[in-house]
Amino acid sequence: MKFGVVIFPGSNCDHDMLYVLRNIMEQKVVELWHKSTDLQNVDAIILPGGFSYGDYLRSGAIARYSPIMEKVIEFANRGGLVFGVCNGFQILCESGLLPGALLHNENQKFICKNVYITVVNHSTCLTRGLTDERALSIPIAHGEGRYYADTATLKEMNENHQILFRYCDENGKVSKESNPNGSIENIAGICNLRKNVYGMMPHPERAADDELGNTDGRIMFESIIKSMKQKLCGIVE
Amino acid sequence: MKFTAEINVMPLKALLDPQGKAVRMSMHNMGYKTIDNVRIGKHITMELEAGDRQEASDKVEEACKKILSNPVMEFYEFDLVQLK
Repeated sequence: MKFGVVIFPGSNCDHDMLYVLRNIMEQKVVELWHKSTDLQNVDAIILPGGFSYGDYLRSGAIARYSPIMEKVIEFANRGGLVFGVCNGFQILCESGLLPGALLHNENQKFICKNVYITVVNHSTCLTRGLTDERALSIPIAHGEGRYYADTATLKEMNENHQILFRYCDENGKVSKESNPNGSIENIAGICNLRKNVYGMMPHPERAADDELGNTDGRIMFESIIKSMKQKLCGIVE
Repeated sequence: MKFTAEINVMPLKALLDPQGKAVRMSMHNMGYKTIDNVRIGKHITMELEAGDRQEASDKVEEACKKILSNPVMEFYEFDLVQLK
């Protein structure tokens, strides 16, 4: 399997992502520069966290129009697997590959801490391996992570099983208290209708190395790799 | 013909604007008790060349829709002034 990690000016979780895919997951990984239009025949594309273009205008708004993103959008529309974390999620929403938007956190603070999330849909490539019923501990680090979509869109997303993760407490209970940023319906991660584009605010790549004492995030990468090897997703037309 | 566009991009009225809320609270603490519903958006100015006012308006409209605002969370309005 060959992964591509897109690097925008201002990406700052790109090397964490490269490290996890290359050293922990032992996969081939290439860096995809934002000005390039060559996807280098990758099997899956990851948009990492950070502050692309300084978060100017809106988070992800300028990155969405970078040359590489036109190719990423084409790749996704042909069925390719695209996974955005944090700023990557914001870029996917701005590009229209995922519904909704990420607004300023309700408390107007940048929040950097470990939170718990619960899996809502276990049948996507990202979440298939998350068979444990327990809540997963994954760190968040964002100022604009309050997921929002209008009522009609949310209804469709729920009906089509597009909600992947919700913020919860350590026992898996989803409540107002366990919602760190004011996201609507405690939403922490979603996917598109076709189930090949995933976005989440928490950082699984920061919870994938044994040295860090938490490997809950690694299960997601294992899940993607296993699912793609079994040709359950990410088949590019 | 050259025009300037004065564009306002504001958070949708239905959405909580935490920035506006924080500023309103601060203003209340300062004694401005009668001030309410503070909302904070962006003011963007730009110059552009166009054949006529309609063409200029269409270009600004397109820019607002494509990049300057996100309809999921914001609305926009603008004025055009022809430069002499």
